[in-house]
Amino acid sequence: MSLIKSSLARKYVMALSGLFLVTFLILHVTINLASVFSPDFFNEASHFMGYNPIVQFLMQPILIAGVIVHFVMGFVLEIQNRKARNVGYVKYNGSANAPWVSRNMIYSGLVILAFLALHFYDFWIHEMAYKYVEANPEDPTRYYHETVEKFAPFWRTILYVVSFVLLSLHLWHGFASSFQSMGANNKYTVGFTKFAKIFAVVVPLAFAFIALYHHLNPITH
Amino acid sequence: MKLYLKIWRQKDASTPGKIVDYTLDGVEGDMSFLEMLDILNEELVSKGEEPVEFDHDCREGICGTCSLQINGEPHGPDRLVTTCQLHMRKFNDGDTIVIEPFRATAFPVIKDLIVDRSAFDRIQQAGGYISVNTSGNTIDANAIPINKHAADEAMDAATCIGCGACVAACKNASAMLFTSAKVSQFALLPQGQVEATERVQNMVRQMDLEGFGNCTNTGACEVECPKGISLTNIARMNREYLSATLKG
Repeated sequence: MSLIKSSLARKYVMALSGLFLVTFLILHVTINLASVFSPDFFNEASHFMGYNPIVQFLMQPILIAGVIVHFVMGFVLEIQNRKARNVGYVKYNGSANAPWVSRNMIYSGLVILAFLALHFYDFWIHEMAYKYVEANPEDPTRYYHETVEKFAPFWRTILYVVSFVLLSLHLWHGFASSFQSMGANNKYTVGFTKFAKIFAVVVPLAFAFIALYHHLNPITH
Repeated sequence: MKLYLKIWRQKDASTPGKIVDYTLDGVEGDMSFLEMLDILNEELVSKGEEPVEFDHDCREGICGTCSLQINGEPHGPDRLVTTCQLHMRKFNDGDTIVIEPFRATAFPVIKDLIVDRSAFDRIQQAGGYISVNTSGNTIDANAIPINKHAADEAMDAATCIGCGACVAACKNASAMLFTSAKVSQFALLPQGQVEATERVQNMVRQMDLEGFGNCTNTGACEVECPKGISLTNIARMNREYLSATLKG
């Protein structure tokens, strides 16, 4: 019980839920890249993810729970942290001792949360309605076309790309920071941190590339 | 040099404070920051005004008594020094300097620039000690072999003077660097192992009770710490706490 109440436990929860979401990003970006290089494989993988009962009824709820835990805990921590300084400084030179990204995780997180709302509206709600409300028959070939068409509007592509920039900033601090929160500080930490920073740039860059690629290469009927 | 000072003045804990402007002439580069405030106070006293209250004691950077948030940074713009060791040569003629108390809900203002840092004492009392029989059966500490690396790291952690700059610098007013240094200085040594499990749990519990914020790993504390206490201590405390709690 003491573990649940303590400030350190809240760090562990943020770190572990964050690390879990990072592993999901690897899967997500891998399948998305297929939409650029192999539409057939993309259709196959998407169909598998959409209709496999383990993915749908076990992994998907765990993923949604992971997202909710991460952002709810983020808000709880932010509220507590604001209470911990009831009178603010007249002058506070935050940039003198800590990078901007580390001091503004709540704002990059809020942008990502807003993006998730749009992303769920674009794909997840549409998918749930298609399968479970309208009860349409299975069509393993529809995913590539649906995805590419989503990126036809310029405004959506730009919103996605901007969100990926904020995702990169969030990961830049958050991914490496999760090792510190879990107490990892040894001869491997420098390597882990470098990997986390590279990941924070490469993965969002790949997502942005995919969005821009489909916007610039629409399907001609 | 001539300086324009903006200093937080507050009568007592229950009265709201405000920034008051002062102009001070004749400040020399070789003066320490506290000597500069001494001169200001002499001027204020000679004019019949109330001097600015601030904490100080040893004035050689080892007691942890002096504090002050100077131009938005604890202990001012210099690195690895306390306010008493900060020299006025770090400032230029005509500069405006904003001087405030360390801000944290757990560090309430007593008067002007003085804050109550007894929260740190209570964290220390919760477990920052080892129980040693000193009634004639004391074993020479040097009789226990300790590897050099662990001894050095424990000593580095023990250099924390408990000034509170880590809390003042942290955007969350977190006391993790202080608490982790006090946990580490024992966790690294065999003498600290007997009470290791209870120590980290009790000190973290007390830290939370005092109302400090949560650590978000910005690293501001490490940069502003006048003794260069490392973030690795926080990682060590995270490990110690996790393992202590899992052991039950």
